[in-house]
Amino acid sequence: METIKAMTGDEIAAETIRQINPDVMAAYPITPQTEIVQIFSEFVANGLVDTEMVRVESEHSAMSACVGAASAGARAMTATSANGLALMWEIVYIAASLRLPIVMPVVNRALSGPINIHCDHSDSMGARDSGWIQLYSENCQEIYDNLIQAVRIAEDKSVLLPVMVTFDGFIISHGTERVKILEDEQVRKFIGKYNPRYPLLDIDNPVTYGPLDLFDYYFEHKRQQVEAMKNALDVIKKIGGEYTQLSGRSYELIEEFGSPDADLVVIAAGSTAGTVKGAIEELKEEGINAKLLKIRAFRPFPQDEIKQSLRKVAVVAVMDRSASFGAVGGPIFLEVRSALLDEERRIPVVNYIYGLGGRNIGIEDIKKVFQDLIQIRKTGKVKNLVNYLGVRE
Amino acid sequence: MKEKGWKDVPLGGLILEAGSAKEYLTGSWRTFRPVLDEKKCKHCLICWIYCPDSSIIVEDGKMKGFRYDYCKGCGICSTECPFKAIEMIEEAKYKAEKEGEK
Ligand code: SF4
Ligand code: SF4
Repeated sequence: METIKAMTGDEIAAETIRQINPDVMAAYPITPQTEIVQIFSEFVANGLVDTEMVRVESEHSAMSACVGAASAGARAMTATSANGLALMWEIVYIAASLRLPIVMPVVNRALSGPINIHCDHSDSMGARDSGWIQLYSENCQEIYDNLIQAVRIAEDKSVLLPVMVTFDGFIISHGTERVKILEDEQVRKFIGKYNPRYPLLDIDNPVTYGPLDLFDYYFEHKRQQVEAMKNALDVIKKIGGEYTQLSGRSYELIEEFGSPDADLVVIAAGSTAGTVKGAIEELKEEGINAKLLKIRAFRPFPQDEIKQSLRKVAVVAVMDRSASFGAVGGPIFLEVRSALLDEERRIPVVNYIYGLGGRNIGIEDIKKVFQDLIQIRKTGKVKNLVNYLGVRE
Repeated sequence: MKEKGWKDVPLGGLILEAGSAKEYLTGSWRTFRPVLDEKKCKHCLICWIYCPDSSIIVEDGKMKGFRYDYCKGCGICSTECPFKAIEMIEEAKYKAEKEGEK
């Protein structure tokens, strides 16, 4: 029997970690992730989990402790935001390259400076080449569902990569929503027992972790990581399917919303996908057919699904909540545009950089984007390839 | 040793069996080569204790030379030998001298 509760993003993240009951949780508090660690510490203190809670002195240590624990054979988790992720950077790469299936909620927050505690995706987007799988959550329910699935995805034998489950700081982390929660037993049965491949604590089968790997083998190990990411595309879909059986909620690499045959498309990740849904519903009442393509998995990048979804559309706007300074546009835009490059029909794709440092975005802003798309559809001309939505001139 | 492709090497750069360093010949890193003066050597085996690469060959308690496949030419043995029995000679010079002898 599932229960329905009203919870904030951080509360549901902590509750999900309680249900997962990892062997080790090593974490350091940082706004707006703080409540996850705080609430989970209470669970530990109250004896509700078997988890060894490691209270570290920095995020660099948090990720290091996770790497140590996961190498030893433990199911290890942490959680972070923005500057915390930046501080653990070195070990973030090491976790992925040692193929340790660590799961980490990342509460999206703008990177300093100037110092800012509100939402944008500059933190996780900066880590897009670190070798971690990235699942973006739209709302509290998706935090719950993504975290549970992330354990299975990370630990799948054809993947063995760490997973970040992101959600928008304050907007979702501190916003109360209705969440459906499975029973502890259902979750534990779904994730199963962790069977590490080469636990360091298996002293009968000693192995070496982290030896020097120079020009003669490093490249081969990177090639393996590329393959694991590719495998993850199928694994995310497969586990999404199994999770649907359990929960009734469906999970793919991308999600589409709106009229399937609409030729105006906005692409978004995170909570803005929900705002786009609101705009699409209002536009429908105004007689305008529009569609959302929500990116759930950004790493691995679901190129085929995106191409398939956009094959028949007229014009596309990509919403990026982070800037890639000096690049042609934001990170999601660049990848969508390059994915469409070998299509026979040229589809105009425009970029909207928005919401940096928590700048608010509402339904009206999204409707303005759709109006721009209508103009492009009419004239066939793109005035500005990259637009800065909501910045003061 | 034939180098394996990405499908055959263990994931994550892990080493799954002990003693695999034996297959990894590091002697080519050497710029200076230790050369033993047998007349000066007293077989005290201090070089054997200090060598970080287990490259001093010892048989029946006697210093017998160097494992050049693994010796990186760090010169620690030469520095530590109390009897100055090990000389570090530049590999290029050593090779040139060898060529000259032929
Ligand atoms: S330290 Fe010098 S004297 Fe002693 S065994 Fe080595 S080479 Fe010979
Ligand atoms: S030069 Fe260094 S590596 Fe070579 S035998 Fe001497 S101590 Fe060992």
